[in-house]
Amino acid sequence: MTYPRLQLTGITKAYPGVVANSDVSLTVMPGETHAVLGENGAGKSTLMKIIYGSIKPDAGEIRLNGQPIQIRNPKEARANGISMVFQHFNLFDTMTVAENVWLGLTRNSLEQVTASIVAKANEYGLDIDPARPVHTLSVGEMQRVEIIRALLTRPELLILDEPTSVLTPQAVEKLFVVLKKLASEGCSILYISHKLHEIRELCTACTVLRGGKVTGVCNPQEESNASLSRLMIGAEPPKLEHKAQPAGESRLLVSNLSLPREDQFGVDLDGIHLDVRAGEVVGIAGVSGNGQKELLYALSGEDCRAAPGSIRMGDKDVSALHPGSRRKLGLHFVPEERLGRGAVPTLSLAHNLLLTRTGSIKHPKFAGGWIQVKKLEEHAAAIIKGFNVKAGGPNAVARSLSGGNLQKFIVGREIDAKPTLFIVSQPTWGVDVGAAAQIRGEILALRDAGCAVLVVSEELEELFEVSDRMHVIARGKLSPSVPIAEATVEKIGEWMSGLWHTVEGPDAGPPQVGEAPLGGAATRVAAERGGQHHHA
Amino acid sequence: MLKLENRPQPSAFWSYGSPLLALLCTVVIGVILFAMLGKDPVRGLQIFFWEPLKSGYALGELVVKATPLLLIALGLAVCYRSNVWNIGAEGQYLIGAVAASGVALMAPPGGSAWIVVPVLVAGVLGGMLWAGLAALLKDRFNTNEILVSLMLVYVAVQVLGFMVYGPWKDPNGYNFPQTKTFEAATRIPRLFSGSRMSIGVLFALLGVAGLWVFLFRTRAGFAQQVGGLAPAAARYAGFSSRGALWTAFLISGGLAGLAGALEVAGPLGQLTPYVPAGYGFAAIIVAYVGRLHPVGMMFSAILMSMFYIGGELAQSRLGLPKSLTGVFQGLLLFTLLGCDTLVNYRLVWKRTAGAK
Repeated sequence: MTYPRLQLTGITKAYPGVVANSDVSLTVMPGETHAVLGENGAGKSTLMKIIYGSIKPDAGEIRLNGQPIQIRNPKEARANGISMVFQHFNLFDTMTVAENVWLGLTRNSLEQVTASIVAKANEYGLDIDPARPVHTLSVGEMQRVEIIRALLTRPELLILDEPTSVLTPQAVEKLFVVLKKLASEGCSILYISHKLHEIRELCTACTVLRGGKVTGVCNPQEESNASLSRLMIGAEPPKLEHKAQPAGESRLLVSNLSLPREDQFGVDLDGIHLDVRAGEVVGIAGVSGNGQKELLYALSGEDCRAAPGSIRMGDKDVSALHPGSRRKLGLHFVPEERLGRGAVPTLSLAHNLLLTRTGSIKHPKFAGGWIQVKKLEEHAAAIIKGFNVKAGGPNAVARSLSGGNLQKFIVGREIDAKPTLFIVSQPTWGVDVGAAAQIRGEILALRDAGCAVLVVSEELEELFEVSDRMHVIARGKLSPSVPIAEATVEKIGEWMSGLWHTVEGPDAGPPQVGEAPLGGAATRVAAERGGQHHHA
Repeated sequence: MLKLENRPQPSAFWSYGSPLLALLCTVVIGVILFAMLGKDPVRGLQIFFWEPLKSGYALGELVVKATPLLLIALGLAVCYRSNVWNIGAEGQYLIGAVAASGVALMAPPGGSAWIVVPVLVAGVLGGMLWAGLAALLKDRFNTNEILVSLMLVYVAVQVLGFMVYGPWKDPNGYNFPQTKTFEAATRIPRLFSGSRMSIGVLFALLGVAGLWVFLFRTRAGFAQQVGGLAPAAARYAGFSSRGALWTAFLISGGLAGLAGALEVAGPLGQLTPYVPAGYGFAAIIVAYVGRLHPVGMMFSAILMSMFYIGGELAQSRLGLPKSLTGVFQGLLLFTLLGCDTLVNYRLVWKRTAGAK
């Protein structure tokens, strides 16, 4: 008889204060693509780390091909044919891509490793330069390194933790082709995700976790999104309402913004044109590492080297203004990195308000102003309550909050300031379904109230849900905008490769004919198939 | 195998309790040390922890030594909280003393006592100048401020040496390398007769209150600290990192210079090559033992001062070397770092083989 490739029985793992896994059982057959579905914090990642040997369970048994096995560390896991692509990357920042991969494969020389990285990268369309230091990579690029590293060990069981969140739709399809091929070759795949349509497309079996417990085992292809959702969160996520509404006056006008990179592995911004109007949400799609970071630094004022006149808010030229001065003009910004940029990890939520809010400051002339602690705490408490943040109160330190709750607090902090221009990057990265829906709802409410909103995201679904118009950023250039009604996943995906075509308007970059496609997007399409829409 | 494991939630009590535990450990190791040296440990402890407290005069002496330590540590706390690593407070202290001496030497005999004001101001400016050099090099050329500020200490020692061996040498001083004794009018006013405590104590206490307000109640102080805790967040908020660098260096340089001026125009009364007493370095330990908190540093400055006095007493009464002071200072810092590690981590015994 065939033994299951992997069989878990009664796995339990408790941390002080929280039970991450409670009596979890899971069976994966050879060649099966098995989904593990659950919200953030449901215990998926812990379970996978147990299988991969980086966490020891408190109780339970693991059988591999029918044999009980104790996996003491990731090295043993790899020796037993288990490979994993983590959601939180395990890469050393100061080392290059090749050196990082080399760490797990010490038998080979660095040159051999470099060659095999290039080979695997080409085979799967995962474009990466092995000589680059990891700290210069974007999140999306780091994930590519992790995927290549996992594939290089020729695994029998491949664990993928939310692998598609940073890929273009075309790259996702390509990845699915790879995964289906791997499965047909007999490799078992554990696919962790909360994206229901992906699971239903790819997987033939599914184990659903909620609060560390198994709440269901099913074949996702026989289930509906609604039934999976019920298993996962106990309810269906609320539907967003996107009312039609005409856009008002221009609140942010970027014209011909070009900036040389600050960091040698950054991206040069090249002739960016962008207009965001009152009462509309403009989305910017793109694979990470294509200039999003640099554009946002320039827009927020964290990088204020922009040429005079290139960034205007209303009729004011803000190109040379610092973040504080732009904030006074009504610009509020939520950065991608929550801990360390959007919030100081070791400070209380109340004190984190002081980063961008001055409501509790008296006598601003004297040493920057006097902090009224009581008022500050009340303000923080009001935001915690108003935005439904689960936290120990205004004095809880930022790092004690879960990613989703901290994001709700930061978004709340900026929305509560009643901005006239709101810029948000990756609003729901790593945030659970309920919180993501709430944040998207807040963004739309802000738009309905007449605020101009710019959303930069790598999740297309999200952009399609909230945007009125969409741009795509690729290689430091920004595509013309396309109204959401005319945007399709295919078209945006092609644009992500830098292939768009201008027929009108002075404000779009030249067509990208002849240039190699970028990033994770492996589609090569003729330039004339690029989008042709431009709306100011 | 013993392993350090991250504690999920460091105990709030022990993060304040660890300096006390560290002191206890220092005392225990001190007892062992005295016993091994063949001295009566009880007598040894008495000299370190009781003698400096037992009379009004002794307490005064304790405060005299604690004052410069506290002033310098207050400034260093601003630096360390904002991720600016000023290790050269000793040099800033020395240049403050030299600058103050320059003004004090110009005082005419029998002049007004108000001369003390320019003497102290000169000390502050001297310290700021020396700290400003390190800030300027960091700002303009991105030099490492740890190295630069530390090396400037040795430059400052040479400056001091040049002045006392050269232009400022007392012509009636039998060729000793020292200035003439300053005019009585330049003497820092004392608080009480019969004690050497001067108005410097008031400056230090004012500094404690001022620093507390600055750090915990003003937006400028908040911005200063965000730069240290999360530089990207400071940039996001729009707090200037250059501003933070200059603020930190100028505050700490100014306070170290003030301490130098108070010392040279106070207990010393003249500039000699023996002004460098290591206060600038000991203040680093004061700052950390006091948790970089103004009130905490008040206690740690007194403790450190006890070690100074205790070391001197141990030399005269027990015949032990004076370097015992340094040993105790080192022990305290060492045990504090150990205790701090155990506040954030716990020791667990793990078998190397086999999962549970």
